[in-house]
Amino acid sequence: MRWGMGRHRYRIEPRLYAVGSPEPDSPVLVTANYKMTFDVLRKELGGQNAWILVLETEGINVWCAAGKGTFGTEEVARRVKTTRLAEVVNHRSLILPQLGAPGVAAHRVREECGFSVVYGPVHAQDIPRFLMEGMKTTPEMRRVAFPVSERVALAPVELAGFLKPTAWVFLALFLLAGVGPWVFSPSAFLHRGLGASGVWLAGVLCGAVITPVLLPWIPGRAFSAKGGLVGGFFAACIVAFFWEALGVFQGMALLVALSVISSFAAMNFTGATPFTSPSGVEKEMRRAIPLQAAAVALAVILWVGSTFTG
Amino acid sequence: MEGFRYMDGVVTLQLEEVACVGCGMCQTVCPHEVFTMNRGKARILDRDACMECGACAKNCPSDALSVTPGVGCANYVIQSWLGGRKELFRNISKHANV
Repeated sequence: MRWGMGRHRYRIEPRLYAVGSPEPDSPVLVTANYKMTFDVLRKELGGQNAWILVLETEGINVWCAAGKGTFGTEEVARRVKTTRLAEVVNHRSLILPQLGAPGVAAHRVREECGFSVVYGPVHAQDIPRFLMEGMKTTPEMRRVAFPVSERVALAPVELAGFLKPTAWVFLALFLLAGVGPWVFSPSAFLHRGLGASGVWLAGVLCGAVITPVLLPWIPGRAFSAKGGLVGGFFAACIVAFFWEALGVFQGMALLVALSVISSFAAMNFTGATPFTSPSGVEKEMRRAIPLQAAAVALAVILWVGSTFTG
Repeated sequence: MEGFRYMDGVVTLQLEEVACVGCGMCQTVCPHEVFTMNRGKARILDRDACMECGACAKNCPSDALSVTPGVGCANYVIQSWLGGRKELFRNISKHANV
């Protein structure tokens, strides 16, 4: 699931579920029908007696669904009515995950279905303490962090997203690889093609994995800048190591190419973080993409041109 | 959020202090402690920590807050530049009715 395979089918039926042996006065916790989300909630509630009201979010997790509107005011009200929750519990309170807030207008839910919304903590693991303290949160429970463990967990799905583009890039690289003053040469095709493909893969690794993992420690605010730095560093190491074999033009091409690939892949990571604003991403992209396009052109010219200088 | 800062001076978050009734919902739902309550009114404490998720505007009962959150996915933004994808921004403000 962490590789992104089958995640669109990883869902459960939206309805009322029981944890333990809930009574009419047991709390009701609302969640999404993404199976991973539900499993986490159910696990953290282990040993308690509670109701879980699962919404139809099309198999999407709470925060993303809230952003899309599917974890929303209307769906909360709808699910309360279709499950006849008012006949099951004697209170009128729903505990929603805090990250459902972008989609739910808490003050409207009561008008729609008669239940009031209380926002619980961000993380399910804090729910037992939240319940025990009488539905009180600490500031830490309401804060979203981005620790290295979560950044590492994103690496597989980031890489998986590059599979299809990589296939096309390999095609283009191998075609370009054979081009030179000899018009087309099969040995250059193989030799240079493999080298360029390696540079592409190294760039993707730098931008989609290494930059995210080292994120807060890399200088620069823009992700494209951070990615460029990481890619540039690795490229410089490679060029220094293989200086003899590469020559000036191929060396420069490698430096530029690896940096820009890493820069682009890192920029792509902005959408996977819990702290970048879309306005900021758009600002960054407006500045970065023209530079990246120019860098790609430069790298290609240097690379193909290197065959003409021997 | 410690250690994680992005672009400064770009967010579209707006707070109309006159309309604020001091309920504190914005502070409750914000994942990055952008708000603080001061003398019965909400105040923006850390504007550049805002990620434009829209939770505050959505949960403000007096429509004092507005944000125009986009999608924040680089791929999506590129495609919308190229192919004119609609709904790049959903305006969550006093004019929204859900």
